[in-house]
Amino acid sequence: MEERELVEYFRAQIREDPDVASAVAAIRSLLEFLKRDQSESCLVFRESVQGYEMRMLTNACASLGETILGLRENQTKAIQRLEETDSSVAVSSGGELFLRFISLTSLEHPDLSQCKNVMIERGELFLKKISLSRGKVGKLCHTFIKDGAKILTHSSSRVVLKVLENAAADNKRFTVYVTESQPDSAGKLMAQKLHNLNIPVTVVLDAAVGYIMEKVDLVIVGAEGVVESGGVINKIGTYQMAVCSKAHNKPFYVVAESFKFVRLYPLNQQDVPDRFKYKADILKTVKDLNQEHPMIDYTPPSLITLLFTDLGVLTPSAVSDELIKLYL
Amino acid sequence: MGERLTTSTLLVTEEDEKKHEIIGAKGEGKELTKEEKQRLRKEKKQHKKNKKDDRGPPEKEKEKEKASVPAPSKPATQSPAHKAAPVPVNASASESPVAAEKPAKSKAELRAERRARQDSERASKQGKKEGGQQSTSSKPKATPNELQPVVKRLPDHVQVDDPVALKKLAKKLERQQVPLRSDYGYKVSLFSHLHQYSRKNPPTQQISIPVTVIHPSIVRLGLQYSQGIIAGSNARSVALLHAFKQVIQDYSTPPNEELSRDLVNKLSPYISFLSQCRPLSASMGNAIKYIKKEISNIPSQCKEEEAKRILQECIDSYINEKIILASEAISKYAIEKISDGDVILVYGCSSLVNHILCEAFEKQRKFRVIVVDSRPRLEGREALRRLVKKGIRCTYVLISALSYILPEVSKVFLGAHALLANGYVMSRVGTSQIALVAKAYNVPVLVCCETYKFCERVQTDSFVSNELDDPDDLIVTRNGKTHLENWQTVKSLGLLNLVYDVTPPDFVDLVITDLGMIPCTSVPVVLRVKNVDQ
Repeated sequence: MEERELVEYFRAQIREDPDVASAVAAIRSLLEFLKRDQSESCLVFRESVQGYEMRMLTNACASLGETILGLRENQTKAIQRLEETDSSVAVSSGGELFLRFISLTSLEHPDLSQCKNVMIERGELFLKKISLSRGKVGKLCHTFIKDGAKILTHSSSRVVLKVLENAAADNKRFTVYVTESQPDSAGKLMAQKLHNLNIPVTVVLDAAVGYIMEKVDLVIVGAEGVVESGGVINKIGTYQMAVCSKAHNKPFYVVAESFKFVRLYPLNQQDVPDRFKYKADILKTVKDLNQEHPMIDYTPPSLITLLFTDLGVLTPSAVSDELIKLYL
Repeated sequence: MGERLTTSTLLVTEEDEKKHEIIGAKGEGKELTKEEKQRLRKEKKQHKKNKKDDRGPPEKEKEKEKASVPAPSKPATQSPAHKAAPVPVNASASESPVAAEKPAKSKAELRAERRARQDSERASKQGKKEGGQQSTSSKPKATPNELQPVVKRLPDHVQVDDPVALKKLAKKLERQQVPLRSDYGYKVSLFSHLHQYSRKNPPTQQISIPVTVIHPSIVRLGLQYSQGIIAGSNARSVALLHAFKQVIQDYSTPPNEELSRDLVNKLSPYISFLSQCRPLSASMGNAIKYIKKEISNIPSQCKEEEAKRILQECIDSYINEKIILASEAISKYAIEKISDGDVILVYGCSSLVNHILCEAFEKQRKFRVIVVDSRPRLEGREALRRLVKKGIRCTYVLISALSYILPEVSKVFLGAHALLANGYVMSRVGTSQIALVAKAYNVPVLVCCETYKFCERVQTDSFVSNELDDPDDLIVTRNGKTHLENWQTVKSLGLLNLVYDVTPPDFVDLVITDLGMIPCTSVPVVLRVKNVDQ
């Protein structure tokens, strides 16, 4: 499967189902890539076997390793390609986790096709698990919304929408304030969606976060990535909101699925890598990044009260524990 | 009474003879043979028994009185217990005039008393179980405690103001034939539970020559520790492991002994000696635990040469994996965190941090370093020398200028002596000050530490367990003036030369270990993962 096809498939996935998380779409594309990759590498395998008829066994084994390694390389290249298309942190983390999940059994089976099948099976399993994660998070979090609560949220997040949906279905009365979230005005989109759910919603300016903080009871935001320290990477303006909520002693909740856990450890805003801060096409075209506005910022763990994930309700210090379990 | 005197005097004279033999042997520096050690032990036991007999009769009379008074008030379930109790007491009362004469009889009597006590305890426990049905919710917590009182033992080196602990330590050292080092000078009251030694009296002076009890490489190591020639936790651990390699090389299994058990016993007096020279660090403790485990895992059918080879290899691989390769891995992670144009602050001389900075410089990163130093050790000068030799641009300040220099700094790199199980960082005194001020200026603080320095201890302040260095180090000032020369004559003056302090995890942003970059609160997770691996 060519890289072009991969990107097309990815874009098609997002177009067809706008509600799907970009990471899930990326993983689906990677799985498809893996399936279609089968024929190519089998070809390579057959050629190598024909070439070394005498020492078939040893060389077959060697080429087996080669093709599996080649598989992994192809997958990594595919992930990089997808990152270039959509530079969100979630794609990077989801891709890496996918690769780790399927390649845990890479060298157990001597037969290549069997190995391949196992990898594909595991890939499907992984995909199924993460498709359910948003529902799990929604179920966990909505109990923290009390009747009569006033909630502040930032920009447009599908997970937060799910949470609010669940809370509304539970017959709770609450009002929502959404920030406009320039430069793409995603907040207005969120307000529209909430309006369709019959939840009273008000759109506020980004600059009005300090003003509105005394009125609200709690703050819920989504995340594009959860880093090792327990902090989160999210749309620009989240850090401001977190600092304000800390100053007013309001709880600051983050809702995120577990595939967004990424092995980054930023120390401050500058330490976040450039490839996440700006949109993919800007990275390719613009020379001087100092003139561009970053799209995300980093919120340190000291400002976050709790994280709601499909692994459970975690404090920021427990995120590292989970990451160690996932990666080590 | 007359009989008793003669028997005891007989015993005394016999003991004296044997003692003279043994004292003579000790004076010559010969190691006590097994028989002599056993004889010493038997005599001590006899002594104790005689003392107990003298005290025995008056105590038993008191017991009898106590037992008779509460007897009528106790409930029916307790009656079997009491039936047992008065019996030995009566027996003892009848025997008490005779007991003084014959020590053999008192042994049987003591045994009977002990059995009775156990019976009574068992009966009372049963009674409580049957009787207290309503109070089971409150009782279960009480009964396990009665069954097994869990006593947490404090290490010896933090109980210096407790005379009982001191006596125990002295006895243990005497048994191992290791010289006891005495404390020096007036100790500040808050730290009176710690040892304070003077560098002018190393314990090596109290050992006779030729040394046959303690291996000479250990003696040399002890001297190097106590004089501060080898300093820094990595250096100390590596030197310790090399000395142990030498010890293992020169070791020969005595007949009828197993290497796996005897070698561990041989190492104990060495370790006591080294801890007398300078208290053991956490890294040294972990290394010693590893060696002891490896030694006891040697199969018994293994030949001596083979076993020695295995142990040498184990030690080499430990040093290689946990120290050398770990520092490579840590440098790799740390270099990601150093960007061009950085101003990095370091404190004191940490071998790991120096290694990281030299590696980063070789990888063409553009940064400059500010070295912070403090008296009396002035270790920063060594770090400065190493960095300048590489060609790194450095600035040198004393710790009092910290808040002046910190607005320029972009990152702080600190080394650690140990990482405690609750996430606190134990490091050279002054580190927590730097972390505190850096936090106030919002400068990220990174601690670099290998995983072999992680320890299970928990500490929240710098008082409970620390090290006191020689107070005379504080006497000399920069100009060479010694105003404090006669500080011992002033009764109310105490000089405090602390070595370590602990930094809370809120001030540390990141810990770089060979396992990766983790937040300070994840140290117990790493310890758990490591224990599972082992």
